[in-house]
Amino acid sequence: MTPFKQLEAKCFPLDAANVDTDQLIPARFMQESRSVGYGQFLLHDLRFDSNNIAIEAVMLNQTRFADASIMVAKRNFGAGSSREAAVYALVDYGFRCVIAPSFGDIFSSNAVNNGLLPAIVTESDAQKLIEHCDNLLANSTTDAPIISVNLEEQIIRCADMSIPFEVTSAWRTKLLNGWDDIELTQVRSKSIEHFYLNYQLSSPWAVEPKDNNILAVTR
Amino acid sequence: MSQQTFFDKIWQAHEVEVADDGQSLMWVDRHFVHEGSFHAFNKLKARNLPVSHPELTFGVADHYVPTRSRSLSDLPLKSQNMIQMLSDNAHEHGIKLFDLHDARQGIVHVVGPELGLTLPGTFIVCGDSHTSTHGGLGALAFGIGASEVAHVLATQTLWQTKPKQMRITIDGELAEGVTAKDIALHWIALLGADSARGHAIEYAGSTVSALSIEGRLTLCNLSIEAGGRCGMVAPDEKTLNYLQGKAFAPCGTDFIQAGQHWLTLVTDTEATFDREVHISAADIGPTVTWGVSPEEAISVNSLIPDPTQAAHSAKAQQWTNSLNYMGLTAGQSLQDVLIDRVFIGSCTNARLEDLRSAAQVLQGRKCVIPGIVSPGSSSVKALAEAEGLDSIFINAGLEWHEAGCSMCVGMNGDLIGPGERCASSTNRNFKGRQGPGARTHLMSPAMVAAAAVTGRITDFRQLPQVDVIQETAL
Repeated sequence: MTPFKQLEAKCFPLDAANVDTDQLIPARFMQESRSVGYGQFLLHDLRFDSNNIAIEAVMLNQTRFADASIMVAKRNFGAGSSREAAVYALVDYGFRCVIAPSFGDIFSSNAVNNGLLPAIVTESDAQKLIEHCDNLLANSTTDAPIISVNLEEQIIRCADMSIPFEVTSAWRTKLLNGWDDIELTQVRSKSIEHFYLNYQLSSPWAVEPKDNNILAVTR
Repeated sequence: MSQQTFFDKIWQAHEVEVADDGQSLMWVDRHFVHEGSFHAFNKLKARNLPVSHPELTFGVADHYVPTRSRSLSDLPLKSQNMIQMLSDNAHEHGIKLFDLHDARQGIVHVVGPELGLTLPGTFIVCGDSHTSTHGGLGALAFGIGASEVAHVLATQTLWQTKPKQMRITIDGELAEGVTAKDIALHWIALLGADSARGHAIEYAGSTVSALSIEGRLTLCNLSIEAGGRCGMVAPDEKTLNYLQGKAFAPCGTDFIQAGQHWLTLVTDTEATFDREVHISAADIGPTVTWGVSPEEAISVNSLIPDPTQAAHSAKAQQWTNSLNYMGLTAGQSLQDVLIDRVFIGSCTNARLEDLRSAAQVLQGRKCVIPGIVSPGSSSVKALAEAEGLDSIFINAGLEWHEAGCSMCVGMNGDLIGPGERCASSTNRNFKGRQGPGARTHLMSPAMVAAAAVTGRITDFRQLPQVDVIQETAL
């Protein structure tokens, strides 16, 4: 995974709370292979009408956001299902960071596992960032706001604002180093084996689920 | 020894290692996969890794299965392929699969408990957020994403930061017809759709003890709708009685020994929680969602909220958006809202008890709008048919389907049309959840049945007696 240290990029403001995973990617697209690129499905039903035509009034469809990498939204972003496809849609579109006052727990771990930073700011800071973006967008039809996110310092900077953000420390380390969980765990295979041996003795009922119905039939 | 919560005890028993950064490497007892798990299997393939403990992973076809019949040709090719990929992956890795044609197939969160794969004190994960359901039997269970599914397949473990803990104590007797679904919608409306974020929830109190296991499964199922990491009810005699004789539960003396251990999995009297919430059962009525977040729920006898009365401007904006999407007017009576179709199904409310409660309302009555009943599992379907519930649904005018996730998430093509309004026994009223532009009102199965009879949101306790209806008809 690509390490995430700092990022200066265009920021897309999504002035909405409870942007759930069904909105981030409607379920009907989840049978597609990842190789088709999930970016086209991001916020699909918000961006496209029932004839699949891009709705011009939706800001994310404007060319100035084609290379946006940061999104700022309101509370409870990514609530709902465990579909990692919601993160694939963001990442494949080009997003590397979402800033919000709170995230769905499963969404956050999925994000980190795909190198997407879920940066937690206060409600008032999220509001400030959205307003800053909106003001800029109201005064120009071509420019997009630029924001800088520094993970080492845990600071978001834009214009004259300097906003601290939170991220679980283990996730911060993982993102900074671009670490992958499976590799981290494989070096611990000895301690897993050791645990399993003891666990078999302490919890025999948990380790070998047997189908008693089939046993009853074959007896 | 320090005082521990029931959650602490299970967590500790599964900690393989605690890393310097505070994350725990957790042993996974049961892992469920479904059609959507193909991303995870692809990740394994890309690294050429085997499944480390195939005997602890179980596959169930549920999200994409056809429910009008069991014929794959009912589905578009891509959906057929999803079911085939699950089957291929399970076969390749030696994973036990309950496929489309298995008599024990069903929605994974219905199948796990009814087969005794779900046991108290176990740590269960699945790539589905409603895995919290299994907490109703005293398991620590939650949903994970595809990368984590791949990790569990490869190592039978999972890295986790220990969540905070929250206890919701509900005491008192529920009013007649008020169910676990109403308890859940009530407390989520009270505290918010992200109120339990980062927390493991223990449900306690006399009301919870009095719930059936099926009710407890429903209550825990909806924990995720408040953002909870998991929801759990400590095992008791009721839990043991439920599990005894289940296909994959331990037998004989093994069961007795396991049972003795399970009954120790309770919160110590002096243990503390990060947050305590007390709710009185007497305050809970039949509860229905009006908006697009599970927190936007009100008692059936209320008026649709008015954004000008919202506590702050952000909430007012949210309510206005919800009202627009739902096509509702502030101040209108919830019971005046007309419904286009109904759905009884899902991992939330499609167990036998749920079907019985809906059938009780429909017995001798006719539906004025179309709808589907999809049992939570093929076993539930067989039991329901054995007691004649299918005939009640069919005679009332509803479609009796096979088991699967069906219209809860619409992946198999069971969809609500744009702008249509559905009374649904499911778990999410998100925008577009049941189809693009679909409008969902969540409620208990009996309330869904009542909406089917009247064509509008209805307090089922106020339906005229059946014999009265028949006299009028004559």
